Amino acid sequence: MSTIDFEAIFEAKLANNEFIEPKDWMPENYRKHLIRQVSQHAHSEIVGMLPEGNWISRAPSLRAKLVLLAKVQDEGGHGLYLYTAAESLGVSRDEMLEALHTGKAKYSSIFNYPTLTWADIGAIGWLVDGAAIMNQVMLQRSSYGPYSRAMVRICKEESFHQRQGYEIMTRMAFGTPDQKEMAQDALNRWWYPSLMMFGPPDAESPNSENALKWRIKRESNDHLRQRFVDQTVVQAEYLNISIPDKNLKWNESKKGYDFSPPNWEEFKNVVKGNGICNKERLEARNKAHNEGAWVREAAAAYAKKQNQLSTAA
Amino acid sequence: MSMSDNQGPLWEVFVQKKSGQPYVHCGNVHAFDKEMALQNARDVYTRRNEGMSLWVVPSEAIVASSPEDIGSFFEPANDKIFRHPTFYQIPDGVGHM
Ligand SMILES: [Fe+2]
Ligand SMILES: [Fe+2]
Repeated sequence: MSTIDFEAIFEAKLANNEFIEPKDWMPENYRKHLIRQVSQHAHSEIVGMLPEGNWISRAPSLRAKLVLLAKVQDEGGHGLYLYTAAESLGVSRDEMLEALHTGKAKYSSIFNYPTLTWADIGAIGWLVDGAAIMNQVMLQRSSYGPYSRAMVRICKEESFHQRQGYEIMTRMAFGTPDQKEMAQDALNRWWYPSLMMFGPPDAESPNSENALKWRIKRESNDHLRQRFVDQTVVQAEYLNISIPDKNLKWNESKKGYDFSPPNWEEFKNVVKGNGICNKERLEARNKAHNEGAWVREAAAAYAKKQNQLSTAA
Repeated sequence: MSMSDNQGPLWEVFVQKKSGQPYVHCGNVHAFDKEMALQNARDVYTRRNEGMSLWVVPSEAIVASSPEDIGSFFEPANDKIFRHPTFYQIPDGVGHM
């Protein structure tokens, strides 16, 4: 009797750009890596609803409110697609939520910064969704089928997010002097946290090597960060506001911009839980979960009763 | 699924884009009953008119082929090229067939 070499089949699939599906054999570390990455990604979508949610009730017009509501609702949907993708790897929704609520699981550090003015909502759509899109476009070709498919859906929905953000920025930047100042201030505060979204520099990124080897990721952190800067400079120029970096300069030899790295000490500190809003975000998630407990209990009790009725009949 | 799971069972969601087209799998939702599964599927997967009809099926009702058998399970189709139209030679001049 011949034994099947599962590892060889797995490697061959990766080599042929095929996808790994939930029932396929996969190395335990591949599974673990994906559970961590996909659940963190899901948490980021859900926690990411909070900074923008802060402005729904204070949006400056009915149109702005409708747009922001739709955008935040999309992010909730993204979280749900990703949670089920993670569940297909053998982790339960409750386990993931528990890890988020107790602070064990991480989410993108960007959401631990506060949204102080309406211009921040513009800057988030433009820069934060812009950076997320860059990352997610790459992840559409990720080797794990359910993750890749979730990314395809998400990318379709994301493009409106960035455009609505940039539209807010144009209104502010070409508005009154006060509005223009708010636009500049928002860019000043969101620029470096946005650069951090791509993760630590390649040389110091502990998880990158495996992620690239397994084709979970297809491009390195630094590579994506460079592309983001190159794409964003012209958009800031159009708005006539300046990126807060004295070292930002076109480099003809690399056909890209040179730029200052973000403060990685600050990054580590925020990831550790010491950002401006970490505590507030976790409290908000816990509160929502706990206050929704009776709804889940009632729904479960109702379903149970309906089941009993239908089997009795 | 862990014992403490209180999100409700998992359902598979299928969407029909337009009348006459096949239902295509698009993802999952958690829900406690059929009605809730249908409503959740609508909210999660059809916010932009992606479909005009939905099916939701309890995930545990899905029976799937297993990846290990890929070779032997689909093997019977491999050597039957006569099931394809290109296997047959049709003379010129008899029109499209
Ligand atoms: Fe998103
Ligand atoms: Fe988004």
